[in-house]
Amino acid sequence: MAGESGKIDPMYQFQIEPLAQLDIAGYDVSFTNSSLFMILVLGALWLFMWGGMKRDLVPGRWQMAVEGVTGFVNNMLTSSVGPEGKKYVPLVFSLFMFILIANFMGMMPFGIVPGVHPFTVTSHLTITAVLAVISFGTVLIVGFWKHGLHFFSLFVPHGTPWWLLWLIPLIELFSFLIRPFSLALRLFVAMTAGHVLMKVLAGFVINGLNAEAAWVPLVVSIPSFILMIGITLLELLVCAIQAYVFALLTSLYINDAVNLH
Amino acid sequence: MPQISQILETYASQFFWLLIVFGLIYFTIGHGMLPKIEASMDARDRKIADDLAAAERARAEADNLGDSGAADLTAARNEAQAKSSAAKAKAAKDADARLAKADAEVSIKVAAAEAALSKATAKALAGIEAVAADAAADIVAKVSGAKVTPAQAATAVKAVMSHG
Repeated sequence: MAGESGKIDPMYQFQIEPLAQLDIAGYDVSFTNSSLFMILVLGALWLFMWGGMKRDLVPGRWQMAVEGVTGFVNNMLTSSVGPEGKKYVPLVFSLFMFILIANFMGMMPFGIVPGVHPFTVTSHLTITAVLAVISFGTVLIVGFWKHGLHFFSLFVPHGTPWWLLWLIPLIELFSFLIRPFSLALRLFVAMTAGHVLMKVLAGFVINGLNAEAAWVPLVVSIPSFILMIGITLLELLVCAIQAYVFALLTSLYINDAVNLH
Repeated sequence: MPQISQILETYASQFFWLLIVFGLIYFTIGHGMLPKIEASMDARDRKIADDLAAAERARAEADNLGDSGAADLTAARNEAQAKSSAAKAKAAKDADARLAKADAEVSIKVAAAEAALSKATAKALAGIEAVAADAAADIVAKVSGAKVTPAQAATAVKAVMSHG
């Protein structure tokens, strides 16, 4: 779409464009297409939850869906943290649902309306970094709050031989500190790569149809299109898996902070 | 890659809007709506558990009632059996007693009858001796013309009859 005639830039979909200028304390906090999609995610999540608030004794379909998701997050926390994990359900649920719906929102076919294109909030490093910091910060706060300086014993696993005491804590510390980066990068890279791949394949389809030689659409466009259907389904799976991985790792890290191994 | 090339221009806006949106999600949805949904799930689970417990209690009660009913039935049957056997035993005893009494009466009567019979026989025999002695005296007088005293005739008849 962007760029010179006929060229499809697979990176254009990640472009942030200001929709309304806004400056607070010298910072440019303009309302952008990214902000718009965050608001859409909030609206969709609120609508989803609102539909499950009937609180019937025998749940309907919608209430069943909402209760299924909350029960899923609840189970994840109680199985990885234990009964104390109930306290962290709101946080993990918010992370999981925000990432899940943001991922799906980026897959919505809004592009059929001319001039509109979907934006994947979670394909931005700034967003995933903040989410990872929220997850990691919770672990740090809970860990030091509950155990004080004893939290550092996390870096000395049980049964470490004395002659490895100089090495193991170093490795443990490193693996602990790398968690926020792996959390942020995993989600960012998975979403970006998937969307680039889909856009490149879509470019093959369109450029093939526009080609002058008659054999090109048959050889390029149709196989690309068929492949794209599969890739799209795979991407939908990745959307759910990435949200699940983020939530699961967060609950495992919270388990470290609560139970110290 | 706009995510990196735009990062310096957009990070403030991204952080700002993400914190607003995520804060709203965390506080209004995570802490506002989620607990209500969990509360209704818990209430349902509790209700199901309570109903199951009540059903289990009712079943135990029914089992108990069935057991005690069976016990009652057995006791009643045993009692009836005992009563009927007692009645049978009593009836048999009564019958024996009546039989014995009747036996005794009958044997007294038989003894009396036998006594009367033997008396009558003795009387008849005595009568026959007298007649026979008379007849013997008559026959002797007619045949031989000899005079036989009645005492002689009676001893002769007695001797013959006791031999005969």
